[in-house]
Amino acid sequence: MKRVLAIPYLLWMVVFVILPISFMIYYSFNDMSGNLTLQNYAEFLSSNYLKMTLNSFWYAFLITVITLLISYPLALVISRLKHKTFWLLIIIIPTWINILLKTYAFIGILGINGVVNTIFETIGLTQIQLLFSDFAFITVAVYIFIPFMVLPIFNSINGINKNLISASYDLGASKWETLTRVIFPLSLEGVKSGIQITFIPALSLFMLSRLVAGNKVVTLGTAIEQQFLINENWGMGSTVGVFLILFMVFVMLATRTKKESV
Amino acid sequence: MTEIRLQNIHQYFDDAHILKNIDFTFSEGKFYTILGPSGCGKTTLLKIIGGFVNPTSGDLYFGDKKMNDIPANKRQVNTVFQDYALFPHLNVYENVAFGLKIKKVSKSERDERIKEALRFTNLTDFKERDIESLSGGQKQRVAIARAIVNEPDILLLDESLSALDHNLRVEMQYELKELQQKLGITFIFVTHDQEEALALSDEILVMDRGHIVQAGSPKDIYDEPLNRYVADFIGESNIVEGEMLEDGKVSIYGRAYECVDGGVKRGTPVEVMVRPEDIILKPAGEGHLNVTVDSILFRGVHYEICVLDEDGYEWVIHTTQRSEEGKKVSIYFDKENMHIMVPGEKEEEFNERLESYEGIL
Repeated sequence: MKRVLAIPYLLWMVVFVILPISFMIYYSFNDMSGNLTLQNYAEFLSSNYLKMTLNSFWYAFLITVITLLISYPLALVISRLKHKTFWLLIIIIPTWINILLKTYAFIGILGINGVVNTIFETIGLTQIQLLFSDFAFITVAVYIFIPFMVLPIFNSINGINKNLISASYDLGASKWETLTRVIFPLSLEGVKSGIQITFIPALSLFMLSRLVAGNKVVTLGTAIEQQFLINENWGMGSTVGVFLILFMVFVMLATRTKKESV
Repeated sequence: MTEIRLQNIHQYFDDAHILKNIDFTFSEGKFYTILGPSGCGKTTLLKIIGGFVNPTSGDLYFGDKKMNDIPANKRQVNTVFQDYALFPHLNVYENVAFGLKIKKVSKSERDERIKEALRFTNLTDFKERDIESLSGGQKQRVAIARAIVNEPDILLLDESLSALDHNLRVEMQYELKELQQKLGITFIFVTHDQEEALALSDEILVMDRGHIVQAGSPKDIYDEPLNRYVADFIGESNIVEGEMLEDGKVSIYGRAYECVDGGVKRGTPVEVMVRPEDIILKPAGEGHLNVTVDSILFRGVHYEICVLDEDGYEWVIHTTQRSEEGKKVSIYFDKENMHIMVPGEKEEEFNERLESYEGIL
């Protein structure tokens, strides 16, 4: 019976996970005319792509750190509020809106005739080019990832036994010491999940970078898009994809929890 | 040095009146137990002393110092929580070290004090262990070690033994009592277990719905309960309606008995309590009341025998004497073992009354 129940999931895994990844790996060893080759890998390890990789990591790192710095205090505050579920809902609602819509909204806000510049103008400041910069890219990415970071952190903070916090005060710890010595270490699992859920997609953001950052930000995501849609070099695109998967596996391993490793 | 004084403490949570005018002084170095059913406010009282709850009104003093606005982390009080509240991300040693690290105690002194606390609680071999790998009794001891290593003036214990199985609980009771005597600091222990309260305490506070009903030594409370509530809560009891005839004489079911209580107006309706273990079975006709044995339960240390008297009232007896169901016997109790309670009497009136005829009757 159990095996029968597992069949649809197995099928799903084969069709939507195993086959596509196999195809991708296969394509990554093909050149543009379909001959088997290691050329793509050699090219990836050349300076151009390595620079792009570093760039991707750097932006993903910045996005993750800033998202974390905003989300942790936010999750902490929400966990102390009376109507936590309501406030959490407020944070979550934006995730129901299509990411493309949100991005266009930001274009409206940050554009040269957008809200921010209008305000600047009214108070006598000069208009500045906000869009098509790495500032805009990071701002929008952070905005998009905040709910995904807040949720796991909130859950782990909310799950901490209240008596542990009392015990910390009881033993003489101040609020700050309680935060750093008890609450933070005990919410680390949530922080790790939040980092995974932010860092990994942030590595391969391409639509955002196209729409908000123009050509200022070149990441692995934009490289894949470029290879598939413009150069039509599926082999090279797949190779970048393979490396992206490897990086993700690496990040997952680096942030995995103790219990999983046992 | 550190006497704890509660003055007219009231506590409301929303509309619920949890503590009603609590007025009590804990003197230093004694083992106190706050005893009461769940919801009587005993844990709230403990939290007020610990600094986790701010009383709605009334004052809390440690010695001469008013403590109302002093936060928990600035009080010389440590708590052993009901669920122990050990930090799961730290091992035994680090848990015990927590308070000392916060207080920036030097490494050498810290090591010394932790070693001592672990030795005190028989945990020396466990110091590197993870909290999760410990048994209930070991966790309990870590919680105690973590508290006493800070050398508090007052140790609060919140239902700290209730999660343990019976044998371990009895063992921990001995250890706690011994610990308190060695440390010489004030222990305030909260429990709903009357046996525990009797075994451990220098003084018991019996609470009911936000009031301290009666406070006194275990023996006082057991032998001279203020009212039916205390008598029932501490131990088992036979309580019968009576009427005071004069000092030293009470009538029960129309029969006059000699007793050792007085100070009550003639004709006052009273309740007479006799503990089940104070009743002696005698052959029919030789005791106070002729009864028929209704049921017998073997309890291990004693038999619990239910008898019905001629008026149909039930008496419970704890005895090692054997009997049989349906047998006609009689029951007898010494006048010293009859305790007269006046319904509605306040603790102060009760104590005055006891003092008024002490040594006279």
